[in-house]
Amino acid sequence: MHGLINRAFQGFVTSTFGEDLWDEVRDQADLPIDDFESMTYYDDALTVAVFNTTTQLLHRPSASLLEDMGTFLVTHPPLDPLRRLLRFGGSTFPEFIWSLEELRDRGRLVMPDLDIPKIAVAQLDKRTFRLSAQWQLPGISAILLGGLRAMADDYGTLAILSLDGREEADGIGTEFLKVELLDVQHAEGRSFQLGEVLA
Amino acid sequence: MTAMDFPKDGVPISSDGVFDQLMPMHLRLSMDGIIEHAGPTIRKMLGDDLVGQAPFFSLFGVHHPVDVMDTETLFAAANQRIGLILRRKPDLPLRAHLARLPGEDGAIVDISLGLSFVRAVAEFSLTLRDFAPNDQTVDLLYLHEANASTARLSRHLTERLKAAHASAEHQARTDVLTGLPNRRAIDLDLERILKSVDEQFTLLQVDLDLFKEVNDTYGHPAGDAVLRAVGRIFEEELRRNDIPSRIGGDEFLVVLRDVVEPAVAGRIASRIIQRIEQPVTFGNIVCQISASVGIVTSAQYSTRPSLKQMMEDVDAALYRAKNDGRGRYALHASLTYPIQDRRSAIDRRTR
Repeated sequence: MHGLINRAFQGFVTSTFGEDLWDEVRDQADLPIDDFESMTYYDDALTVAVFNTTTQLLHRPSASLLEDMGTFLVTHPPLDPLRRLLRFGGSTFPEFIWSLEELRDRGRLVMPDLDIPKIAVAQLDKRTFRLSAQWQLPGISAILLGGLRAMADDYGTLAILSLDGREEADGIGTEFLKVELLDVQHAEGRSFQLGEVLA
Repeated sequence: MTAMDFPKDGVPISSDGVFDQLMPMHLRLSMDGIIEHAGPTIRKMLGDDLVGQAPFFSLFGVHHPVDVMDTETLFAAANQRIGLILRRKPDLPLRAHLARLPGEDGAIVDISLGLSFVRAVAEFSLTLRDFAPNDQTVDLLYLHEANASTARLSRHLTERLKAAHASAEHQARTDVLTGLPNRRAIDLDLERILKSVDEQFTLLQVDLDLFKEVNDTYGHPAGDAVLRAVGRIFEEELRRNDIPSRIGGDEFLVVLRDVVEPAVAGRIASRIIQRIEQPVTFGNIVCQISASVGIVTSAQYSTRPSLKQMMEDVDAALYRAKNDGRGRYALHASLTYPIQDRRSAIDRRTR
């Protein structure tokens, strides 16, 4: 798994539960390094070990921890650049939902080896979408659940999101997520100026 | 195909409305070069400049093709890339292309931000809605921000690596027990000092006397405590510029910068010996040792010596100090200076 993703998980653990917990995770998971480095690649087994150790130490079901991680990715202030990149997906939440099909290509434009889930969008009726996502580790739909809820808030959209099962075919797991739009323009949403960041 | 085919935010009432949706940064010019209509985004960019019957050339300059000077030559540049300059913001170059309308209806000029898009978007507070939904300028903005983010990550990585490298370097040059520079570090320093030929210095080789006895009698922890105490003595007795180092089990090498007076070097050596002779308490053990010191100064050589030469000479001086009874210093005997080692000289006379 890409260092950026491991590092994001480490950032989530330290910001939410404190450095002490991270030290414990590192010890118990026998992590051979002090910190994950963003610009490199780690064996998936390491990612899994760190994640499983965290859920055990926190006595939390993995789906709920992953959901919190998804929310963290969008709402943690130092990660605002990521929120902004996601907002480029569309000017409304429905447009953004459709842009998730491009997420993998978008990510790869910037980091060709980044593990981004493959997402397909299906519109069931006027206000209901069903997303299917494939990733190399289980749990992507829970991360998306937290992340998309936060993005709906960001757009000022009122929506109900729920996990919608998992299928396994030919060794590839596909996870599903349902998005029901109640009010696209429910609230103001957070500001997104195109030219806000002058780097 | 009529405008009715494109109902989006309401039904366009004219071809201008259709073009506004398709090309929000377009202008429609009359045959005499008057801006008769402007798309919503370009209106935002032109602001108050666009009032009444504004001639195209009053708001825009044409950077290239160079033969465009008036409406007629502008119209002749149809289908070429036109470099435009917005007169109110000449530092934001724009790109345009022009297509003639049928008959005498004038022309459509479609404008894009070109590579000034980052500044232009900030300057005019443009939003996603100011671009046609299929306009890839927005993707360029995305890429621009994403690149800035990854560049930041790379920069942080480089900084962390630099810090880690510096700390590894420091460790590789430091004696763990005393915290003093080690053999490798002092050798590098000496090589460097010897290369700058104007720099004069004195070398002290300090060898602990009776240290082996402390180690053998009281064990290594006691010996380590003694070595740490010696390390502290160097740090306290030497000037900031001087370089102490531990080069072996009970051997230390000190560079006194800018000191060549044998009398001064001798005083420093005596003081170091005195301090080392003060007993060190370790638990309920009291350890007492002494030290012998060999001294050589760079000024004792008529030509710049090699490190090897100086080390041999200071070693010989140390050997003499040891031979003469320990707990004393001896200066390297050279042709340049007479022997300045009074204690040794007295010893020799009285022997």
